Amino acid sequence: MSIFALTLAYLRDRKLATLLNILLLTLGVATLVLLRIFASQLESRLDRDAQGIDLVVGAKGSPMQLILSGVFHIDAPTGNIPLETLDLLRRQPTVGQAIPLALGDNFRGFRIVGTEAGYLDLYGAELADGRLFDRPMEAVIGSAVAAGTHAALGQRFTGSHGLGEGGHSHEDTPFTVVGRLKPTGTVVDRLILTPVESVWNVHGIHHEEHEDGHEHAPSAEETHGHHHDHDHDHEARPAPAAMDSGRQAELKPEVTAILVRYRSALGAVQLPGFINRQTDLQAAVPAVELARILSLVGIGLDTMRVLALLQMLTAALSIFVALYGSLQKRQGDMALLRVIGASRGQVFGQVLLEGLLLAAAGAILGLLLGHAVVGVAAAIFPELRELGVSALHFDPAELLILLGALGLGLLAALIPALQVYRTDIARTLAEVQ
Amino acid sequence: MALQDEPLLELKAVHHAIGGRTIVEIEHWALRPGEHALLLGPSGSGKTSLINIVCGLVAPTGGEVRVAGERMTGVSALEKDDLRRRRIGLVFQTLRLVSALTVRQNLLLAQTIGRRLRDEADVDRLIGRVGLSHRAHGRPRELSQGEGQRAAIARALVARPALVIADEPTSALDDANTGRMLDLLFDSAAATGATLLVATHDERVRGRFAHRLELAARA
Repeated sequence: MSIFALTLAYLRDRKLATLLNILLLTLGVATLVLLRIFASQLESRLDRDAQGIDLVVGAKGSPMQLILSGVFHIDAPTGNIPLETLDLLRRQPTVGQAIPLALGDNFRGFRIVGTEAGYLDLYGAELADGRLFDRPMEAVIGSAVAAGTHAALGQRFTGSHGLGEGGHSHEDTPFTVVGRLKPTGTVVDRLILTPVESVWNVHGIHHEEHEDGHEHAPSAEETHGHHHDHDHDHEARPAPAAMDSGRQAELKPEVTAILVRYRSALGAVQLPGFINRQTDLQAAVPAVELARILSLVGIGLDTMRVLALLQMLTAALSIFVALYGSLQKRQGDMALLRVIGASRGQVFGQVLLEGLLLAAAGAILGLLLGHAVVGVAAAIFPELRELGVSALHFDPAELLILLGALGLGLLAALIPALQVYRTDIARTLAEVQ
Repeated sequence: MALQDEPLLELKAVHHAIGGRTIVEIEHWALRPGEHALLLGPSGSGKTSLINIVCGLVAPTGGEVRVAGERMTGVSALEKDDLRRRRIGLVFQTLRLVSALTVRQNLLLAQTIGRRLRDEADVDRLIGRVGLSHRAHGRPRELSQGEGQRAAIARALVARPALVIADEPTSALDDANTGRMLDLLFDSAAATGATLLVATHDERVRGRFAHRLELAARA
């Protein structure tokens, strides 16, 4: 029987208060851990997705929307731009690489992206099996697509119009899976990649069959549509990248966005200005937009962090109240411990240990609860898995949260412990005898 | 000087006053090992103050206290705690055991703190000696008055102190139980080699002790 065992006995002796103290701290720590895991994993995932892309060129509109749709494949695109833009960019001496993206369709919620092999190199994507596409209507699927659709090599599928599930299907132009990619931990995992020409084919045919005034073919300008009134239905179903600008009879190939890597640092100085001077084009810098996204998300996260910290302070206060109340009843015990031969330091330490043990239990349970919630959330919401959120990932900042919780426990126990330290044993003995 | 000749407890010109009023005044008194003694005096004669002084819980205003040759006065609080831990066992009338622990756990804790060792067999022997084997896993609040008193004696002896000081151990007991309590104290002390100093105003126990220190009533 040691001071440690005695401390456990005291905690067991007031079970309800002990459990409440631990529960309060557990919830505070779990919330902080949860926020940290989401924030850090989201940030590192967004960083990975944007790596190597210096500039995104697309239709005029919100630069953040262009980055969200062109880099992270989250939002609807701002519209389409003429294919000639690709040649224009490739002729610029400051451009090292320009990769076209043609968006507009999906298969079971996975976006179909018309692009070139260079897009795969951008993310270091490698084939798990099969081969790369080399002609229109051939598709290479990301690992999350393969897992989500169980598509095998040779599997044929038809895309649906729009970027989410539920659009009408392009049944006359089926794709064939020719390759499946290894997981990359980037946005590529949940994309279906095909040559740009496939997207043109799909929509060229589709459009011709619906020449009798089908409404799904807005021009690029209409699509990004910030200049005139129209309903916003297209935001969920953006214009396919194959549309002619306004005149449906003449189809001119278009792309949705172009990802640019500079040849030299000079590109950063010259290219955005050059592009933004073109009437229909805008250039958006992923790094700048990413910082804006994170700062916007950050305000929400900070608010929740403040609430979680307040919860931890409440927990510390409840530990203080429980210890203080308990020690009022234990004055005789403390005196007896001193009489047995325990030093002032030992009884001081015993009370501190009580606060520390409560805090340690709350901190460890909070850590486990935080990760368990992340695990359950990732199991329920595939979007989180796709963002790379995992319960098994531990962030160094969690150690700080742990230490903070332990510090709060010690602080809560400090005043009661000091009171015990200063107790006049002879007086206590006279009072309790 | 042989250890046997050295006083277990020696009080030299001990004087204690609170607010100018003298509480304790002893010119010289010594207790040798094995000489169980009574500390007698009516209520308010300073018995409790003297016990606190001997245990190092209160510093006297003057004089010197030695326990087994070591100074309990004029040394640091830590040294006093250490000397008390090694040499003295205390039995109080009401304050007996730590409330959150069982009888056995109380003895194990006192043994760990007092002797800095763990000897479960010794603890169980002592519990058997005071007749509490059936209550070893009982909480203090579950014990009767007599059981609690016996548990307190076992708790005081478990650290093998040379000096056991009991404060009014019999004042709440009837004649029969007073006799049994004294037997238990003498037997246990004999078994562990401790010397007893029993503070009481209970005249019934006077005949059982050959040595005594009598404190006079103070106005």
